[in-house]
Amino acid sequence: MGLNVSDLTIARGGIKVLEGISFALEPGCAIVLRGPNGIGKTTLLRTVAGLQPPVSGRVEAAPESLVYAGHSDGIKATLSVAENLEFWAQVFGNSDIYVAIEAFQLDRLTTRPAGGLSAGQKRRLGLARLLVTGRPVWVLDEPTVSLDAEAVAMFAEAVRRHLRGGGSALIATHIDLGLPEAEVLEVGPYRAKPAEADDFDEAFL
Amino acid sequence: MNLNALWAYANPKKFIQTTDKVLPWVSVLAVVSLVVGLIWGFFFTPEDYRQGSTVKIIYLHVPSALMAINVWLMMLVTSLVWIVRRHHVSALAARAAAPVGAVMTLIALATGAIWGQPMWGTWWAWDPRLTSFLILFLFYLGYMALWEAIENDDTAADLTSILCLVGSVFALLSRYAVNFWNQGLHQGASLSLDKEENVADVFWYPLLVCIAGFVLLFIALVLLRTRTEIRARRMRALLARERMG
Amino acid sequence: MIALLIRDLRLAIRAGGGFGLGLAFFLIVVTLVPFAVGPQSDLLARIAAGILWLGALLSCLLSLDRILALDWEDGSLDLLATAPLPMEAIVSIKALAHWLTTGLPLVLAAPVFGLLLSLPEAGYKPLIISLLLGTPALSVIGTFGAALTVGLKRGGLLLSLLVLPLYVPILIFGAEMARRGVDGLDYTTPLLMLAGITCGTIALLPFASAAVLKVNLR
Repeated sequence: MGLNVSDLTIARGGIKVLEGISFALEPGCAIVLRGPNGIGKTTLLRTVAGLQPPVSGRVEAAPESLVYAGHSDGIKATLSVAENLEFWAQVFGNSDIYVAIEAFQLDRLTTRPAGGLSAGQKRRLGLARLLVTGRPVWVLDEPTVSLDAEAVAMFAEAVRRHLRGGGSALIATHIDLGLPEAEVLEVGPYRAKPAEADDFDEAFL
Repeated sequence: MNLNALWAYANPKKFIQTTDKVLPWVSVLAVVSLVVGLIWGFFFTPEDYRQGSTVKIIYLHVPSALMAINVWLMMLVTSLVWIVRRHHVSALAARAAAPVGAVMTLIALATGAIWGQPMWGTWWAWDPRLTSFLILFLFYLGYMALWEAIENDDTAADLTSILCLVGSVFALLSRYAVNFWNQGLHQGASLSLDKEENVADVFWYPLLVCIAGFVLLFIALVLLRTRTEIRARRMRALLARERMG
Repeated sequence: MIALLIRDLRLAIRAGGGFGLGLAFFLIVVTLVPFAVGPQSDLLARIAAGILWLGALLSCLLSLDRILALDWEDGSLDLLATAPLPMEAIVSIKALAHWLTTGLPLVLAAPVFGLLLSLPEAGYKPLIISLLLGTPALSVIGTFGAALTVGLKRGGLLLSLLVLPLYVPILIFGAEMARRGVDGLDYTTPLLMLAGITCGTIALLPFASAAVLKVNLR
C-alpha cells in the first residue's frame, strides 16, 4: 500500500486553506502537486507527513513508510558530507550510504564539511538523504530549488529509479521535472471557501 | 440537570450571551460585599490586644492571598479542560485569569510587607510563606510572558496549558522545598476548617464578607476579560480571513 | 538513538562552544564573586557552596537555547520528527547531550573552583554529589524550556524567565545539601529529596517536552 488521502481539510495558522482533497498514491507512481504560492502545498505536505494534524479527513499510509524533505535540508555545517548521511542512515536503521552518494554525484565531496558546500550541492546532499532512509513513500517540498539543469536530471533519475523499485513520491514543485509519467494534481480547485461571517462558533469564524 | 449541558457555555457565542446577563449582577455584588466587608472590618471591629490596629490589614491580606493560590488552581483546571476537550473559551479564561492572579499575589505580598514592618520589624524576610508567594508570582509572570510571545492562538493555548501543568507540580515542590529550607516568622494560616485555630468571631465574619467580595470581584474580572479575549480573537480571525480573500 | 547522541556530542566539540563556554562562564562567575563580596576567606568559605551552585545553574542556563534552536533553524527537527525515533526519545537524548557537554564538566571542575573560594574540606563530597544529582535535572528542565520557546525569534530572555522558577526546588535542596556538608551536619534528607526530584523529572518531564515540541512543529 502506498498513500491514501481521503477528504482532507487542512489549516494554516488556524485558518482553513484547502479542503476536500482526496487522492491515492500507488506504489511505483508519483504525483506532482501544482498551484500558486501560498495556496497551501507546504501545509498539505506537512499534514501528510504527520507533522501537523488535519482539520478533518484521513491520511492513511503503512506505518513508518513516509519520509519528508522540506525547504531546509537539516544539514549540519560542521559535519562532513559522509557524516551527515551516515547520521541519517543510522537514525533510519540503515548503513549503506554509497548508493546515495553515487546517485547525486557527491563522491568527490564526501570528506568536505557540509558548511563549505554551495547551495546546489547542499540540496543534493539533502536529497541524497532520501535514499539512505530506505523508506518507500517520499514526500518532497520543492526539491529542485537551487539545483541546476544537470542536477534536476540527476534528481529525476533518482526518482525514476525509486519508482521502478516499487517506491512512490508526492512532490510539490513549480518547474518541469522531466517526469512525464508523474500524475499532476492541481490543488487550486480545493481552495477552502471562507466561512460565513455570522456563523460565530467554536472556531471564532 | 444534565451535567453535559454545561459544555454548551464553552461556545463563544453562548458565553457572550450568557455573561451579558450575569456580569452586571456579579459586578454589583462584588462591589457591595467589598464595601460592606472592608468598612465593617476597618471601622467596626475591635483592635487586637497584641497587634493593635495593624491587624486590620488582614481584610486585604488574607482574601488576596487566598485568591492568589486559587486563581492558579482555576487556571490549572481550565488548562486541563482545554487539553482534554479543546474548548477555546476555557483556554481564554485561563489567559484572562493570569493577570488577575498575578495582581492578587502582588497585593498579598505588598500588604504582607506593610503588616510585617510593625510586627516583625522588617519589610521583608525570607520566610517560607513570603518566599513561596514570590515564586508563585514568578510563575504567573512566566505564564503571561509565554502567552504574549506566541502569535498563533492555538499554539499559545497548548503551550501555556502544558506550562501550567508542569508549573503547578514545580510550584508545589518549591513550596515544600522552601518550607524545608527555612522555618519562618509567619503565623499559622488565619483560616482553617478546624475552628479552634481560627481568628476570633468578631474578625471572622467581616473577613468572610471580604473573601466573598474578592471571589466575586475575581469572577467579574475574569468574565469581563474573557469576553474581551473572545472578541479580540474573533477580530483577529476576521482580519486573517480578509487577508486570505 | 545512539547516533543522535554521537552527532550532538560531535557537533558540540566541533562548534567549540560546547564544553568550553559553560566552564569559562563558571570560572568568570567564581572569579567575580570575591571582587563583589571581598577577599576574606572565612566569608568566602561560608558562601562558597551557594556560589558554586548558582554558578553551575547560570552556566547551564547559558547554553539552553542551543539545545533545540540549531536543529530547528536548519530543519533537522522536522526531519527527526518524521524519523522512526519517538519525540520523547529525541528530547531525552538532547537533554543527555546537553548534560554531558555542560553539566558533567561543571561537576568535574567544581572541586577546583571550590579551592578558589576556600570551600572547607568537609564540603567537597556533598557538593560534588549534589551537583552530580542535580545537574541532570537542570538539563531536562532546560530542554522543556527550550522546547517551549523554540519557535520564537527572541526566546532567550523568555526561556530564562520560564526555566528559573522551575529550578527553585533543585537549587534549594542542592545548595542546602552542600551547605549542610560544609557545616558537618547530616545531609541525608536533602540528598534524598534532590535524588527524588531528579528521578521524577527525568522520568516524566520528557513527555511534556515532547508534547510541547510537537505543538511547536505544527
